[in-house]
Amino acid sequence: MIAAPSTTRPPEAVLPEAGLPGAVGKGPLHQGSRLADQTFRWMCLASGLLVLVVLGLILFSTTKEALPAFRHEGLGFVTSTNWNPATGHFGALAFIYGTLVVSAIALVIAVPVSIGLALFMTELAPPRLRTPVTYIIDLLAAIPSVVYGLWGILVFGPQILKLYTALSSALRGVPLLGTVTGGPAGRSIMTAGIILAVMITPIVTSISKEVFATVPRDQKEAAWGLGATRFEMIRGSVLPYSRGGLVGAVMLGLGRAMGETIAVALVIGSSPAVTAHLFGPGDAMASVVANQFGEATGTHRAALIGLGVVLFVMTVLVNLLARRITGRAEHRLAGGKR
Amino acid sequence: MNLLQRRRLADAIFNLAIYASVVVAAVPLVAIVYYVLRKGGSVISVAFLTRDIPVLSRSVGPGMGPAVVGTLLITGVATLMAVPLGILAAVYLNEYGKKNRLATVIRTMSDVMTGVPSIVMGLFIYTIWVLRYGYSGFAGSLALACLMLPIVIRSTEEILRLVPAGLREASLALGASRARTIVTVVLPAAVSGITSGALLAVARAAGETAPLLFTIGAARQVNTHAFSGANTALSAQIFRNAQLPFAGAQERAWGAALTLIVLVVLLTVLARIVTKRFSVPLR
Repeated sequence: MIAAPSTTRPPEAVLPEAGLPGAVGKGPLHQGSRLADQTFRWMCLASGLLVLVVLGLILFSTTKEALPAFRHEGLGFVTSTNWNPATGHFGALAFIYGTLVVSAIALVIAVPVSIGLALFMTELAPPRLRTPVTYIIDLLAAIPSVVYGLWGILVFGPQILKLYTALSSALRGVPLLGTVTGGPAGRSIMTAGIILAVMITPIVTSISKEVFATVPRDQKEAAWGLGATRFEMIRGSVLPYSRGGLVGAVMLGLGRAMGETIAVALVIGSSPAVTAHLFGPGDAMASVVANQFGEATGTHRAALIGLGVVLFVMTVLVNLLARRITGRAEHRLAGGKR
Repeated sequence: MNLLQRRRLADAIFNLAIYASVVVAAVPLVAIVYYVLRKGGSVISVAFLTRDIPVLSRSVGPGMGPAVVGTLLITGVATLMAVPLGILAAVYLNEYGKKNRLATVIRTMSDVMTGVPSIVMGLFIYTIWVLRYGYSGFAGSLALACLMLPIVIRSTEEILRLVPAGLREASLALGASRARTIVTVVLPAAVSGITSGALLAVARAAGETAPLLFTIGAARQVNTHAFSGANTALSAQIFRNAQLPFAGAQERAWGAALTLIVLVVLLTVLARIVTKRFSVPLR
């Protein structure tokens, strides 16, 4: 027979600590069970705390190693564009600029495509087309960064250079566009942005999809009932409801784009300058660390670790902000359902 | 054009734009898979997967054996560290901490950790491990484990949340302790979901390059010692060889890329099968 509890208290009252007195210590299985119970609990807690410990250690230990560079440059580390290891100058502004510009290009391309994909899967696709599109997105997410980079440097870069050159000569002399397309190269800021766009499409798509799935059915059906076309239904019911969540999705995409290293390191062209020539080479924070760390020593190495610290802080802030925005949106949605 | 026609036209353009976005996403995927299969497929052979990496980068011919061994070893050791710890942490969040303040902080920080760039993990392990103990496969494993930990926590917690409270209550009512309930009832009920989440984390880690750049050093021979001596990995070899101007090196990069993609896709497919096949119906 099973040892049934003798009281009929609700389960919530039974849950805390070691269970019911009558049931403990009935057989060998329960010998020392309280000790085991507590040990297991502490092990779980310790594993949870590990996350906080690791995050704290990342900040502490990288900052400590980067200190020589921070001391050496002062605020110039983030405000100067003079990066020259040979003369001992480590101003990282050009790389911060590069990271932001490449991420911006990636977002401009990836966000509309991702929202399109998410709408396709939630609103448009016949059921038998949904699975293949899910596979496309899963596979895009599964391809390692370095393979994107390999394809970018050996195939895509050389191919798209023809398009860049044509655009560049066609737009020469045109005020803004002429500058942007000047000095084209296969390994360039634009190439890095395009490849990055492909890489962040899966994450932006999957979060947008989740956001669209929270739109209440009656709101959509109200729009249909008023005789709206699909476009009008999405514009009037789905998008206004999802705005907060979409902003969060874009921010998470931005965080991913800023931290992406290897593909960008291979295709951006490694030129440390703040440039308006987006079709020409540039450099970004993560990629400069990847490319220069091998031959760096002393202050140079400290400066590269310092770039990691700046990148860490930037991505953590962007991620926290994204969580807050999506969290608030979810909160509002939960309230709106009532 | 009357109003109705204009509305229908807008709708048609909108639908077209959405279909176009699907095509835009599919094109790079097809292009990459095509090139990796074509260029990598002509290189891959048993010799390619087993021989040492040539001493001269410009020489043509096989050799990625050390990288295959390195990738499996480094990812394997990382898995041994990150998966148990991640599961325990998720158990804390879902079974003990629930919505208390500490659990909320850990949950948020774990999500934030998912967004920490992998290169920062590499720099971190460089500063706390490599500076003292030198390059080794284990240093790479540590960096990858940092990367996997929050992914495992997240996926495991989501699965644990699906385990019905009735199962826990039934076990507790039988007099089982909290720990015993978790180990013999809750975790077995969630095992397929946990496994598939862990496999996806492994797949992600196996393809990572940035955390390995500053942690494993470089090697041309097979090194099966995780704790001593420099090591190498497929991803690191692709990164190195892709930048070299020699045809032989580039061929090896394509071959390594195909090997890596096959490995990652196998893990991903396995994760899907595990989810489908072995899921205990949770009622």
